[in-house]
Amino acid sequence: MAQMVDDDPRIIEFDVRTDEMLVNMGPQHPSTHGVLRLVLRTDGEIVSQVESHIGYLHRCAEKIGENLTPRQWIPYTDRMDYLAAMNMNLGWSLTVEKLMRYQVSEKARHLRVLIAELGRLASHLVGMGAYGLDLGTFSPFLYAFREREKILDLFEETCGARLTYSYLTVGGATADLPPGWLEKCEAFLDQFTPLIAEYHSLLTTNAIFVKRTAAIGILSEALAIDYGCSGPVLRGSGVDQDLRRDGESIYTSMYDGYAFEVVVQKNGHYPRDHAYPPVPREAVVGDSWHRFYVRMLEVVQSVDLIRQAMDRYSACRGPLGEPLKINEKLPVGDAYLETECPRGQMGFYLVGDGTPIPWRARARSSSFSNLSVLHELCRGCLIADVPAIVGSLDIVMGEIDR
Amino acid sequence: MRGSSFLEKASSELPGAIIGSNLEAIDPWIEVVAERIAEVSQWLKKTPESLFDSLECITAIDWFEPDAKKAAKVQWKPHIEMVYHLWSTVARASIVIKTNLPRWKEDVVGQLPEIPSVTGVWRTADWHEREVFDLSGIFFIGHPDLRRILCPEDWVGYPLRRDYEMPLEYHGIRAR
Repeated sequence: MAQMVDDDPRIIEFDVRTDEMLVNMGPQHPSTHGVLRLVLRTDGEIVSQVESHIGYLHRCAEKIGENLTPRQWIPYTDRMDYLAAMNMNLGWSLTVEKLMRYQVSEKARHLRVLIAELGRLASHLVGMGAYGLDLGTFSPFLYAFREREKILDLFEETCGARLTYSYLTVGGATADLPPGWLEKCEAFLDQFTPLIAEYHSLLTTNAIFVKRTAAIGILSEALAIDYGCSGPVLRGSGVDQDLRRDGESIYTSMYDGYAFEVVVQKNGHYPRDHAYPPVPREAVVGDSWHRFYVRMLEVVQSVDLIRQAMDRYSACRGPLGEPLKINEKLPVGDAYLETECPRGQMGFYLVGDGTPIPWRARARSSSFSNLSVLHELCRGCLIADVPAIVGSLDIVMGEIDR
Repeated sequence: MRGSSFLEKASSELPGAIIGSNLEAIDPWIEVVAERIAEVSQWLKKTPESLFDSLECITAIDWFEPDAKKAAKVQWKPHIEMVYHLWSTVARASIVIKTNLPRWKEDVVGQLPEIPSVTGVWRTADWHEREVFDLSGIFFIGHPDLRRILCPEDWVGYPLRRDYEMPLEYHGIRAR
């Protein structure tokens, strides 16, 4: 009997075993990131099983997509991942362009990189702030939203909207950047870059934060691939994959000539991590801390890419080009494309039948796959760790339920 | 190993399973016999040259035109097309598997068409197949827990079928 009492918390609790209890968490729980309902099967404080119930935000986006032209469906993609709506617009636009074998102008290409990376920045800021909130610290959230607000102001100037932009569209963008915008963006970046160190001191090396996240919810490389995880969740498990480098040519050609390194741990080091706090001893590759850290380093990477994109964009002469007509006919055939959105690989699938309206529009959500691994991560953890694990996946329910 | 030589290898090791292909399409695809989808998937995952270790997406497309006038003009017979998008994190390549199913099993309306589940090959298929079952009405043989995932459990009908009609009401809530 003595040797059975080892590290497994379920066995330690054996002597004081009580009845199993089903605990309902959500769908209105603040740390379930929207309307996610979890049913936890618990024995005391130990969670033995987690079942996710989703669909509370299902808005029939795919069915609607069968009744609208691709450009008309752009606003619906906004409302999937509403924290990174620009990236969603881009993903769908590229899918349609892939089917139509259409290529946007050089200027539009750099504009898209600029906007998409700015979107990633805004999204990772929410991811960071909300994660602090999940773990019971309020201040990072305020700092993150202060800077995000400035990005939203910049976005508002491009298209008038603050959250659901529909700015990038099939064939380019709805409008060119307003005069003076680049200078404002430059000023924002100059002001923002020194703040990144502040975020690190708020969370990354914070002793409580490390205790709550390091070695919690460890996702192995094999499991991550088997469950189709992507984005920071996959890279946090040590898989070297980023579609901006490894994806299809229509997407990777957007980043042609850009210098960036995929944020993934190799030989115990992240690229350029000497400038940032070291990995704490307790952290294990694939745990919640690493998923968080990958996002934090991607913030730096995005700032870098935005600067490069601004240079290239301003070097382009000539017009941006008009977006395609709203009722442009789609060719017969199908095209599937995944892009690297802040939360992972968002895929769109489009089947055309010769009319302007797609026969089938399909959205493959990255958060959907990332969430499906939750029951594996939570097996045997404490109830208090469930929000820490859910938060580290950085899900958006609008994208999962579509 | 690319394209045609890979297809040759697949055809010789899986005799009779692959019944069509288009390597010139925007996304190159192979068409397989529906009953052997799990077997082909397992092969694609395990073959050293490909290692399609990641299932990205499962889509069901309902090829059916409810409007009789338009239906007379279309080139195809009503059927369901299943599309599986695979990705290899090792080879950084993708492939598409397509397969056809009848709209209803033995043409009896309400009898769901059946296809073997691929949850044994990729665990992510669990939720993806539940979604396809929920919205398109495909029964996956061997799925461990085939329930609706996005719609409520007592929802009636399969919304992504082309002839689907929204119910008039749901628990006293007017729906249309």
